[in-house]
Amino acid sequence: MRDLYQAQRTMRQMRRNAMARGVLAVLDIGTSKITCIILQFDGPGQFRDTDGVGPMAGQSSFRVIGQFTTQSRGVRYGEIDTMGETERAVRHVVQGAQKQAGVRVDHVIASIAGARPASYGLAGEITLTAGKVGEQDVAAVLAACDAPDFGRGREVLHAQPVNFAVDARSGLGDPRDHVGNRLAVDMHVLTIDGTAASNLVQCIRRCDLELAGVGSAAYAAGRAALVEDEQELGAACIDMGGGITGVSIFLKKHMIFADAVRMGGDLVTRDISQGLRVPMHTAEWLKTRHGGLEATGRDDMEMIAVGAVSGPETGDWETDRRTVSRADLIGIMRPRVEEILDGVRAVLDAAGFDHMPSRQVVLTGGASQIPGLDALAGRILGQNVRIGRPLRIQGLAQQHTAPCHAATVGLALHAANPQDEWWDFEMPVERAGVIGLKRAVRWFRNNW
Amino acid sequence: MPGLNRLTHPLGWGARPAPARPAGQRPQPAQGVATAARPQRRDPAPSRLAYRLTRMWLTPLYRRFIRVGLPAFLVCMVAGIWLSDETRRASLQGGVTTLVEKVQTREAFMVHRMEITGASPAVEKGLAAMLPVTLPASSFDIDLDGLRAQVERLDAIEKVELRIKPGGILSAHVTERQPAVLWRHARGIDLLDKGGHRVASVTSRDVRRDLPMIAGEGAGAHASEAMALIDAAGPVLPRLRGLERMGERRWDVVLDRGQRIMLPEDRAVAALEQALAMARDGDLLARDVVAVDLRDPARPVLRLGLTAQNTLRRAQGLPELAPDGSLIEPDEGGASGARGKTTAAADGRAAKRG
Repeated sequence: MRDLYQAQRTMRQMRRNAMARGVLAVLDIGTSKITCIILQFDGPGQFRDTDGVGPMAGQSSFRVIGQFTTQSRGVRYGEIDTMGETERAVRHVVQGAQKQAGVRVDHVIASIAGARPASYGLAGEITLTAGKVGEQDVAAVLAACDAPDFGRGREVLHAQPVNFAVDARSGLGDPRDHVGNRLAVDMHVLTIDGTAASNLVQCIRRCDLELAGVGSAAYAAGRAALVEDEQELGAACIDMGGGITGVSIFLKKHMIFADAVRMGGDLVTRDISQGLRVPMHTAEWLKTRHGGLEATGRDDMEMIAVGAVSGPETGDWETDRRTVSRADLIGIMRPRVEEILDGVRAVLDAAGFDHMPSRQVVLTGGASQIPGLDALAGRILGQNVRIGRPLRIQGLAQQHTAPCHAATVGLALHAANPQDEWWDFEMPVERAGVIGLKRAVRWFRNNW
Repeated sequence: MPGLNRLTHPLGWGARPAPARPAGQRPQPAQGVATAARPQRRDPAPSRLAYRLTRMWLTPLYRRFIRVGLPAFLVCMVAGIWLSDETRRASLQGGVTTLVEKVQTREAFMVHRMEITGASPAVEKGLAAMLPVTLPASSFDIDLDGLRAQVERLDAIEKVELRIKPGGILSAHVTERQPAVLWRHARGIDLLDKGGHRVASVTSRDVRRDLPMIAGEGAGAHASEAMALIDAAGPVLPRLRGLERMGERRWDVVLDRGQRIMLPEDRAVAALEQALAMARDGDLLARDVVAVDLRDPARPVLRLGLTAQNTLRRAQGLPELAPDGSLIEPDEGGASGARGKTTAAADGRAAKRG
């Protein structure tokens, strides 16, 4: 735990350095695309009061000066699979963004989507000696959380204190200076596979960049796609990516659960490719151009040429001149999307989403752009479903405001003002020696 | 028959084998397929080296070094190496000097003659002698400001305007100082202008009889004050001999017949006007008054001449006074009065001379 603490503190220091320099890159390594945006931090005072721009959700302190998206390579299920390929893609995307920004970036905040996330709710409790909660007590209660065995090779990605309780008063956001005798904390810990994390670190390092933080893509998507009320009242964000579908549940502006379903939009493409015997890129084109989830009578008559629409002709006339109806395409896509949503349903059930006060579900990510998804998801996940788009941030190009860039925008928000994590608090000092000395002094004072 | 015959012959000596035919070719793909078989697409990602170079290029320090530092260094180095040779340096210097000379001695920049206006012949000669170069010369060699400062150091010249006119003419428009007053002092007689600046020296007062005269140490510095006094002395101007600076602080107005009007240090003009008013009302200056003392303007004092004093004394029955101030016995009274008169006349002559 101490190593992790130090590593995370080092990354926080990197982030502070980057903020001091004013330039920070956000790198979202997804299964189907890699996006890099470069943030310029102008600091507070960029807007005057008369401009009518408040602090908002923290996105007024920075603006995007460079952005680039390219096809992802060497990534499967949100994890780095072929290091060299991914490294090339990262180089490509970083160079493109740098070229647009005209500045060199050294610090990068990256997201990790897959790597089998597992979330834990931990509880810790201490007795307050001073009768009042101090800085040290907060650190001590965080350290007092009894951590379960996360398993071999697991790394902690997020460890956020979600709730503090002093005596019987629960639901405190900031317990400092509260009077009481007992301080308890609930902490949400998200762990991922250590190998995937170290692969990411290695990949970033091979591109001559410094890692200034790692965030879960599901968490980042939730921060970008959920509006403030949804984060406060409780909502689930489903980030439907290419290789993996991330699920994160927010309550009281804290992430309380995160998981991922290892199915995504690529699986739908593969089904189309197999079912219609077309190349993958044709299948992708069919999915994005003609895809849908609700078949109507009209779809039977709408014939789509699938032969040589976006690729070379095979030379076989019969093969090149094939057509399918849109209803056929929907018939292929719908079962797979239903399966993905069933997986999400299972995850939400496991998390106890039914017991949440507000059961809002927000779908975002690239695969959420399939027409008719909200109706289908409403049937599977509950009635409160909407398609979420990421928050608008200054300077972001129109093409990057699509739902597929929710994780990128969320990471930018995370970089600008991160939520408190366990490693943001000072490690409690080992006060045994000091206490012994104090006790001796007190004994002397009482008896002499 | 040759045909049958041939068949009967064994194969090999006459018949050729069938030409080797290529196997049936596979159907050529359509044109579209041929173009589709493109060469492998180039990897869009930059190579490691290109990536690093781009990043290096985006580093501000490197960028500045490459774009400014390196070219500047190269230029300096080339210039330094080229100039390190003595003969090259000399030839460069010579070339530059020649070029400058060539431009400066162009006909357009040459000054051929000097044209002096507004100066008397003596001053004109002095001015021509002061020109540091011999004409014709380049206008670059003539320092007009320096020349003007030098010329204006001459006492006789108040202001000179120097300019080089088109056509190679150095035009000097001279404004000479106009002498306004003569100043007699211990070293001789000087002509002064209105502001008290020296114009020239003269050997005798008769050179300029039209100018008023001032005298005394330190009078020259206050010549303007003297001019004001002379302007104010309108009615007595025909009788005015001059002004005298007393003790370097105040003025005496010297009239003929040895009369003086002693003026105070400040508000001298007002005091003089007061004296003139007294003279007009009581015909003061026509009487036997040696001096009108206005040094304290609130208390004018008259110093009477000897004749007037003796007349008064005679009326009072007092013994008369000799010119040296001693009492005269009553029997010698007439003689002493006559002698006093002659003394006064002599005094007046002396004042006229002074």
